[in-house]
Amino acid sequence: MSDSDLEAFRAETRAWLDAHCPPEMREPVRDEDDIYWGGRNASFKNDAQKAWFEACRDKGYTVPAWPKDYGGAGLTPAQAKVLREEMSRIGARPPLSSFGIWMLGPALLHFGTEGQKQRFLNEIARGEIRWCQGYSEPGSGSDLVSLQTFGEDKGDHWVVNGQKIWTSYADKADWIFCLVRTDKANKYQGITFMLYDMASEGVSTKPILLISGNSPFCETFFDDVSVPKSYGEDVPAYVGEVNRGWDVAKYLLGHEREMISGADGGDRTSAIGAALTRANGEIDPVLRAELAQFDVDALAYSAMGEKFLDEIKVGKAHPAQPNMMKYAGTELNKRRHELIMAAGGSHALEWESEDTGGGKPSRNWLRTKANSIEGGTSEVMLNVISKRILDLPGA
Amino acid sequence: MPLYYDDDQTMLAETASQFMGEEGSIKNQLRHWRDRNCKDGFGHGLWKQFAEMGFTGMLVDEDDGGLGMGQVEANIVLEEIGRNLTPSPFLSSSVLAATALKHGSNDVKGRWLPDLIAGEMVYAVAVDEGRKHRPERIACKAERSGNGFRLSGKKDFVVYGASSEMIVVAARTSGSDSDTDGVTLFAVPQDAAGMSHDSVRLVDSSMASHITFDGVELDGDAVIGEVDGGRDVLNAMLMAGRVGSAAEGVGVARGAMDMTVDYLKQRKQFGKVIGEFQALQHRASHLYSEVEIARAVTIKAAQLLDAGSEKADLMASVAKAKVAKVAGLAVREGVQMHGGIGMTDEYDIGLYMKRDRALQEFLGDQYYHAGRVAELSGY
Repeated sequence: MSDSDLEAFRAETRAWLDAHCPPEMREPVRDEDDIYWGGRNASFKNDAQKAWFEACRDKGYTVPAWPKDYGGAGLTPAQAKVLREEMSRIGARPPLSSFGIWMLGPALLHFGTEGQKQRFLNEIARGEIRWCQGYSEPGSGSDLVSLQTFGEDKGDHWVVNGQKIWTSYADKADWIFCLVRTDKANKYQGITFMLYDMASEGVSTKPILLISGNSPFCETFFDDVSVPKSYGEDVPAYVGEVNRGWDVAKYLLGHEREMISGADGGDRTSAIGAALTRANGEIDPVLRAELAQFDVDALAYSAMGEKFLDEIKVGKAHPAQPNMMKYAGTELNKRRHELIMAAGGSHALEWESEDTGGGKPSRNWLRTKANSIEGGTSEVMLNVISKRILDLPGA
Repeated sequence: MPLYYDDDQTMLAETASQFMGEEGSIKNQLRHWRDRNCKDGFGHGLWKQFAEMGFTGMLVDEDDGGLGMGQVEANIVLEEIGRNLTPSPFLSSSVLAATALKHGSNDVKGRWLPDLIAGEMVYAVAVDEGRKHRPERIACKAERSGNGFRLSGKKDFVVYGASSEMIVVAARTSGSDSDTDGVTLFAVPQDAAGMSHDSVRLVDSSMASHITFDGVELDGDAVIGEVDGGRDVLNAMLMAGRVGSAAEGVGVARGAMDMTVDYLKQRKQFGKVIGEFQALQHRASHLYSEVEIARAVTIKAAQLLDAGSEKADLMASVAKAKVAKVAGLAVREGVQMHGGIGMTDEYDIGLYMKRDRALQEFLGDQYYHAGRVAELSGY
């Protein structure tokens, strides 16, 4: 696509956004329900959210880079970048967020059958089914491949027993993509990437109360859950092959790390010194120095994020580079929130006040502590860099 | 513009890497001249080779006989200079002085550019007054005298000053020391009467001068740009120099890191290669991550500068500060992970530590530039 075509696309996009993105949807996201997550039981917070979602859904802009046949808009990477830039220019909220978009979708696009893509991708793009991810178990965190949830082969179906933990929004999800052991004798090649309905008999969830006071994660229990091996012609109930689910999981971990690293931009990579100084009045000179040091690191990291995305697009990035991005990005974000707390003083300690939006600064600060744990801990990221990039022995 | 090299830049990087790795190597240049106690601190032969390679005039406009390349290209050469610790007047002459001379009249350009491009002459810049980089304050005075100026005052940290045929001097022609306006840049020839050098060897074996100007008489045509309007030229020169020295710092960091990671794969203790120890693996991987980030922001700053973006000034300081932090980490970790032999002169890792220290100070250290980031951001 030539530059002039791209500029024409930019002009079209601007006009379309002007016409379809309501002013309310250009406000910064303040609460969880400011974002629409879709699903069978979803409701819209207001008319603007509904209008914005529906406009995007009809245009394919909930998943702009997916093919049109699967509910996307079929944009090229360059067009998708233009759309991102134009949305970010006006501060447009994402019309729909979900693990289906971030995780299952990319897995299906890479490993799925045509039948799976037709059904599941369209459901995701239209916000009809909300997915959750069943990876971690109580005894399998960083050492994920040791997972024990077991699916016993009963011919045309499996009977699944076990427990998952840190299942994000499992209590609100319709379906789960889940790593299930199907061969106890084979560690890596004995796991199947299954898809099944959370309404199935024997599935139960229990929210986990976190230090932030929120409960975005659940324990999820499977008690003799019957999972059929197929949902119809060309729609198997697993992604990839039976017993080869680890390949899919590894592929997705790369995606998750990119996402958590904030490589796609967002506020976690931006400078904060000016805003914090304006918001909090006088700043101790030593804290000001810390803010300046942070801003140096944050602005440098945002250049890294840009370089990383540019290189991924043309296949120049080292395949293990997302691990480095995830490590650096999450550590930076934790520092960011330490500084927000320090600059905010006693105001930032308020846990329930209206003035702090119900304790936003402190709850967010606590939430960021999970950044360097979820999706692979910083320590695991450093192990991977040692082994795959630096080629250090025994790593 | 994507944040990676295009085909031409990739080719230049390969050429520069090969050339500097051979001709500009630590053994052939830094140690060679240092061990002979060379008063220049660099080799003129290599400078001629820089000219043959087209490096000396790469930032000079094509109309003026140069290659008309940008900061991204100059940075490619500088990264290789840093990686090989190649002592050379490239940064002072071909980046800083060349950037200042872009703003000169045709006479000024005609007098100084051809010999720079040919590798016949070496130029320096005299900005600092005192021990730290504080270009906001210029006290060195140039008073009107006849058809020209009379220059008085002192300058410090003039890198390769005593070996330079010309020195770009930032002096005050009006106003008081801390005024933005009233600064003028002069091209002061080596043989100007009343200029004296106290040339000293620095920790990294490079040479730098304390210069005293004792009523140095300068012709009006020594002025680069406009009288009293030199601040913009000075800022442009400093920006190019800062982004350039960031690139050299990235090279220093990468050189030190690569050498250290290699060492971790060879050295055995407790019956193991020490690179098997997780305590060292994690530190090496953290360093890798930081070096990647420092390199990315340096490329970004160079691209912004070439594009004439108004963000270039901020990102130049971000790059200089970030690289200083990271290169410092690289050489400290390098020496520590080498253990006892890291303290010996026989091993090169200590040379990286010394060069990094000098480069940190050149055109503002990480504290100066982090402070500048805060000011430019409005706090």
